[in-house]
Amino acid sequence: MKILVCISKSPDTTSKIAFTEGNTKFDENGVQYIVNPYDEWYALVRGLELKEALGGTVTTITVGTAADDATIRKALAIGADNAVRVDAEATDAYQVASEIAAYAKDKGFDLVLTGKETINYNGSQVAGMIAEELELPFVSLATKLNVEGTTAKLDKEIVGGVETVEAQLPLVVSCAKGMAEQRIPNMRGIMAARTKPLEVVTPVGGEAMTSFVSFDLPPAKSAVKLIDPENMDELVELLHNEAKVL
Amino acid sequence: MATDLYTHPDYFNMDDLLTDEHKLIRDTARAWVKKEVSPIIDEHYENATFPMHILSGLGEIGAFGPYIPTKYGGPELDQISYGLIMQELERCDSGLRSTASVQSSLVMYPIWKYGSEEQKMKYLPKLATGEMIGCFGLTEPDHGSNPAGMITNFKDMGDHYLLNGAKMWISNAPFADIAVVWAKNEEGRIHGLVVERGMEGFSTPEMHGKLSLRASATGELIFENVKVPKENLLPGRSGLGAPLSCLDSARFGIAWGALGAAMDCYDQALRYSKERTQFNVPIGSFQLIQKKLAEMITEITKAQLLTFRLGQLRNEGKATSAQISMAKRNNVEIALNIAREARQIHGGMGITSEYSMMRHMANLESVVTYEGTHDIHLLITGMDVTGIPAFTREMPDLNK
Repeated sequence: MKILVCISKSPDTTSKIAFTEGNTKFDENGVQYIVNPYDEWYALVRGLELKEALGGTVTTITVGTAADDATIRKALAIGADNAVRVDAEATDAYQVASEIAAYAKDKGFDLVLTGKETINYNGSQVAGMIAEELELPFVSLATKLNVEGTTAKLDKEIVGGVETVEAQLPLVVSCAKGMAEQRIPNMRGIMAARTKPLEVVTPVGGEAMTSFVSFDLPPAKSAVKLIDPENMDELVELLHNEAKVL
Repeated sequence: MATDLYTHPDYFNMDDLLTDEHKLIRDTARAWVKKEVSPIIDEHYENATFPMHILSGLGEIGAFGPYIPTKYGGPELDQISYGLIMQELERCDSGLRSTASVQSSLVMYPIWKYGSEEQKMKYLPKLATGEMIGCFGLTEPDHGSNPAGMITNFKDMGDHYLLNGAKMWISNAPFADIAVVWAKNEEGRIHGLVVERGMEGFSTPEMHGKLSLRASATGELIFENVKVPKENLLPGRSGLGAPLSCLDSARFGIAWGALGAAMDCYDQALRYSKERTQFNVPIGSFQLIQKKLAEMITEITKAQLLTFRLGQLRNEGKATSAQISMAKRNNVEIALNIAREARQIHGGMGITSEYSMMRHMANLESVVTYEGTHDIHLLITGMDVTGIPAFTREMPDLNK
């Protein structure tokens, strides 16, 4: 089975978030990047588990610059066989999806896996757009994925229960929590990652369809108000009139 | 312990000096520690037990002999990688780092540097995975800072050596499969011998009652007419310089490790001082708390620069023993001071196992003493700058 896993970077969750250029651009100064956790913990690890159970290969693909190579090497250290980097700055979901689809078009992948979203932009769009471009079925937010022959069986969490769906391969899946458990690379993996192929391909020139007008930080956390447990009336009054949540 | 939220302070952007692989190795060690060790370390510390089940994990993250060549089963990393792994381990607990330091620098290092090809092939691959654990016997009950005075000795019996004596304060001893033991031959020359568990007359009683390094096992090595096969003698080097070169490697790891403990204490103190309120404001808004934090991060930053440069020198094979001494001494001292200050910032909470600084503080009392005491390292620097050794003196005649 040939599996393609889309790997994106996201800022370390402890990064200070700031913007430049009139609040239109994320300020990367001092920011450490990690592999987007949904891509790493769920999409990549489930891809590796399927490969280990059924045979095949796991290729990762990233739309990014040489600055992304560190996150790509981590994916290789965790166990991917080889990596592809489309040599272009990622600008929006459509541009990323069209570059990935252009690469994947004639490669015969049975599964294309992504995380359900990146933890910085939270767009959740790339997987659906790849499926559309490749004219493949798409299952979003899957929490379980098993493959038998050419049929995939997937679980999705829905309000109050679980939805089970079936789809034929080839298939695009966006993976949510529950799909797999985080794998910490071991030293053998880190050493092997040094020599695993990382192919840099020229972008086909996929163009962004959106652009950022501005970013705003959420309002600073205000002080906590403590209310005496005996005084429930005051709590209800505040929730109604001050917090306006009731 | 509460959820492990550790992130390392990096005031001077030291990360820019690391390679991507360095960072991957460090982050891997950190992720492993957070997942496997942080949740259980307090329990083991309180019960004075070593978490045996993590040994193979330590092998997997490359904590055992990071610089050992791949042909002997090691990952063949550079010295900075070794330092970073030790830093991540001691960030959690000095006992955890001690176990890895001993295995790497005091067992694998001498076998790699001074062992025969057969010895290297026999021991190193198993030591690298943690399948086999080693310990190092140099210190004796009456010979700590003065190892040259050791009495443990061996006699050439023709087809084997006969080993007698005792070693004390030996990390990993209670469960070690092998011991690299330093003993004098009949001419008084110090040699290294690999003693294996199961050899008749060799025992490793555990030492109890430690109020420091409680999550690490410490014991004695006792040799009563132990017959050691001749092929177990390390042939490559003899004399006190051989064990001292191992200590150089271990002290290098301690310099990085102790800095890790300091960084952990600072990280918690900074977070706590922003969260804890008194007089309706976070305690971090008080000048006296800021003074502590500012001094801590200044000392940490200086130590980071010193330690990184030492890593570069060690990579180039240029680091002197005296430079390593200075780094070990400095970093352990600042770690102890920072642990105490961080404890104060935490007020009463600081004495509970909810936070790690009290454990670090108690652990560091061992670290400031072992592998060359704080004072001995000072004398090494003193000797290095003056050219005059001040370690010994004649016993004054009190009758005069």
